Amino acid sequence: MALTTDQEQRKRRRKSSFSPWIMGFGRVAFTVAITMIGLLFITFIIGRVMPIDPVLSIVGESASKSTYDEAYRQLGLDKPIIVQFFIFLWDVVRGDFGESLLTARPVLDDLIRVFPATLELATVGTIIGVGLGVPLGVIAAVKQGTWIDHIARVVALIGYSMPVFWIGLIGLLVFYGKLGWISGPGRLDIFYVDIIPTVTGMILIDSLLAGDTSVFWNAVSHIILPAGLLAYYSLAYISRMTRSFMLEQLDQEYITTARVKGLSEHAVVWRHALGNVKVPLITVIALSYAGLLEGSVLTETIFSWPGIGLYITTALLSADMNAVLGGTVVVGLVFVCLNIFSDLLYKFFDPRAK
Amino acid sequence: MTNLLEVENLTVKFPTRSGMFEAVRNISFSLGRERLGIVGESGSGKSITGRSILRLIRHPGILEAKRIALEGEDLLTKSEREMRKIRGHKISMVMQDPKFSLNPVMRIGDQICEAYRLHAKASKAEAREKTIKMLEAVLIRDPERVFNAYPHEMSGGMGQRIMIAMMLIPDPQILIADEPTSALDVTVQKEVLEIMDKLVRERGMGLIFISHDLNVVSAFCDRVLIMYAGRIVETCQADKLHEAKHPYTRGLLNSLPQLEHPVDRLAVLQRD
Amino acid sequence: MSDISDHKKPSLREWLTSDAPTSRRQAKFSAYYRSWLALRSNPMAMFGLLILLFLLAIAAFAPIISPHDPFAQDLALRLSAPGENNYILGSDSLGRDILSRLIYGSRITLYIVALVALMAPIVGLFVGTAAGYLGGWVDVVLMRITDIFLAFPRLVLALAFVSALGAGIENAVLAIVLTAWPPYARIARAETLTIRNADYIHAIKLQGAGALRVITKHIWPLCISSLVIRVTLDMAGIILTAAGLGFLGLGAQPPSPEWGAMISAGRQFILDHWWVATMPGLAIFTVSLAFNLLGDGLRDVLDPKKSGK
Repeated sequence: MALTTDQEQRKRRRKSSFSPWIMGFGRVAFTVAITMIGLLFITFIIGRVMPIDPVLSIVGESASKSTYDEAYRQLGLDKPIIVQFFIFLWDVVRGDFGESLLTARPVLDDLIRVFPATLELATVGTIIGVGLGVPLGVIAAVKQGTWIDHIARVVALIGYSMPVFWIGLIGLLVFYGKLGWISGPGRLDIFYVDIIPTVTGMILIDSLLAGDTSVFWNAVSHIILPAGLLAYYSLAYISRMTRSFMLEQLDQEYITTARVKGLSEHAVVWRHALGNVKVPLITVIALSYAGLLEGSVLTETIFSWPGIGLYITTALLSADMNAVLGGTVVVGLVFVCLNIFSDLLYKFFDPRAK
Repeated sequence: MTNLLEVENLTVKFPTRSGMFEAVRNISFSLGRERLGIVGESGSGKSITGRSILRLIRHPGILEAKRIALEGEDLLTKSEREMRKIRGHKISMVMQDPKFSLNPVMRIGDQICEAYRLHAKASKAEAREKTIKMLEAVLIRDPERVFNAYPHEMSGGMGQRIMIAMMLIPDPQILIADEPTSALDVTVQKEVLEIMDKLVRERGMGLIFISHDLNVVSAFCDRVLIMYAGRIVETCQADKLHEAKHPYTRGLLNSLPQLEHPVDRLAVLQRD
Repeated sequence: MSDISDHKKPSLREWLTSDAPTSRRQAKFSAYYRSWLALRSNPMAMFGLLILLFLLAIAAFAPIISPHDPFAQDLALRLSAPGENNYILGSDSLGRDILSRLIYGSRITLYIVALVALMAPIVGLFVGTAAGYLGGWVDVVLMRITDIFLAFPRLVLALAFVSALGAGIENAVLAIVLTAWPPYARIARAETLTIRNADYIHAIKLQGAGALRVITKHIWPLCISSLVIRVTLDMAGIILTAAGLGFLGLGAQPPSPEWGAMISAGRQFILDHWWVATMPGLAIFTVSLAFNLLGDGLRDVLDPKKSGK
């Protein structure tokens, strides 16, 4: 308690000199900056303790001592570690993650190329997951303790318990291998590749922009299984959270007010209670979306989905350090940005936060 | 004169781990176009009585009664759908704390319009106009601004006036006021009560005023029921309350401080 | 309570369910017993518990119950279907018995889960209580660090750690711990903040107890229960992360019968020899489901507010 009043006082004092909006923006920017620097620091440390000698990977095993030392100095490895960190920081700010050993191209270019694939997968997954998960959670809360509630619980717990890389394999085996209902790994069949111009990098959108429905349907048949799996994971999480938020709201007095007014149960639940659940749910959805972007590491490996997750794992296995660090930084960045975005949305949707 | 509302042998039970708990035990009363007070301590069953009339008892609760009749029509035989046409339209309720009883993420105007349009076929513009009028009727100075505001921007007294406006806008015949001023500052309690009293009287409605406050009830009601442990222990005219005979009522009265007759030590209720 | 010795000695059950406990110990045990009764009435949680006990037994008696040597190869009988050639669940690409490998693999899973479940909450407890109790700049710095770790996607961070430290079970455990502690730190800090200003803490401080003593003797014990609930709920996640690392080749190394690595090994045969990848996946699924069922039930019992009852 002492702490909160203390904080409030400090806030009030600050507010007297700044307008609250600028203050809020400044605080967010400061937090983000600190988090970013910390994130980069951890990545940097990981890069430094790597058992891989960055010099050797450039000059090769057979290089002479003088060539080695030359490269050592060029990489700045003779400087104090803190200086090295600031050099690294500066490089990252300029968007320079170095070159990838595997693709022999700047890591940033690679990341820009692969990111839309991940974004497409996670977005489709989240849309399906939210579309099914929220109603499921609401119904489970309304029918608390009935068989519907129990089924919703089991569905969610199964989702929590399934290794994605395994169920992905089984899915491929059944729906692609045995039944032939869907297309296999990858984003498109080989003869559909490079037909349409790349605009957003998301094939579903690009094909529609180009008006090519055959590419679109081929892309759908490829994305449906991986996106469906990701959707199941987000459904599990979102339906559980929705249920517990709904139970909390359905207990509130304003729900009784709505019933006293003579509203139908449908309006009470979906308009009044869900209207209030919407606010905390935004954060949950953002978290789950971020989780899908990250969880795609394994999914992409299974489905050979050329996104950022597959990029990182491939780089990892071939000791392509620049690519790993670059990918890690970008995923971390996306995480932080989504968090900030959900905070802003929260403030936008909750009239009390203004 | 037929009564607006008749309640006969109402019992409300809640199943608990140690058997059935009877919150309301076999009570009967009637309401005309008058102001009826129900007084009792917390847990005496008075709030549940109020909610039973609307058939809004929370889930495990069981409502039993011989009859709950509104203008001779038995509410117990009505379907849930028919009951929804009664709620708000014929019988309304104002609850204790506007901080919790108003939807925090919905504009005040929308909440009131919703109540109006549910029972009256009206366009949005008509509903808006009617809402503004209703807000004026509960003495809100700047109804246009309040219409677009959210509940958290209102004070407790304002909130309760909004609640009253919302509950009276469909023109119900009975208003149940469940401790409508207990959560408010003492300074605004009287104001809110007077607004409510005026509107109820102008419209010739029946009012059920639930409170633990004997003074308020005797000042604002015509008749008072005293409830204790789920039973009505005494019914009397409000102005004759000080003549009440039941020992429990006497106990309640004696535990009130009186300006004219100060006592060294207020009496404490003896429950046995 | 007058003379108890006059009366018949109460049965254990009566002693445990007594409404008027006569000692602190009795009150404590009776609280545990009530929680147990509540848990026992939840069939799904009991089902989970049963599976876990079964798993423990399997791990303990692995050498006795496994029909084959988990490492013995028989290339002539490779990729036998379940039931063929005496292999109940089939054999893998090197002709090793999948059932025996699963049985031995349970030891690895339990080992990883136990290590992470011990270490991560302890790290979190240290950080969280120190931040909460000491406050000021210590709190600011520690919580910032926690937030930075929370900002990182867990699997990616674990991947990066393992690749830095080198593949292997111990390093996988370490990587998971490094990514798993922040939520525990948050919980411990929140608990500490509520306890910190309690009167009895002031009383101990007046008696001259230092920060170290207050934290270790009085704050830690009170944080434990909320950490335990959280750990149970996190167990399944730990198993899945560990298996994921194994699947990517960053966890246990061959020929170790780690379940994730087994799926990875069976991946290339999935279309023609489905059982090689399917069986270990089922094992992972069953165990993490068991943890989830138990954790869900435990939360209902110990944290009734969150379960919404």
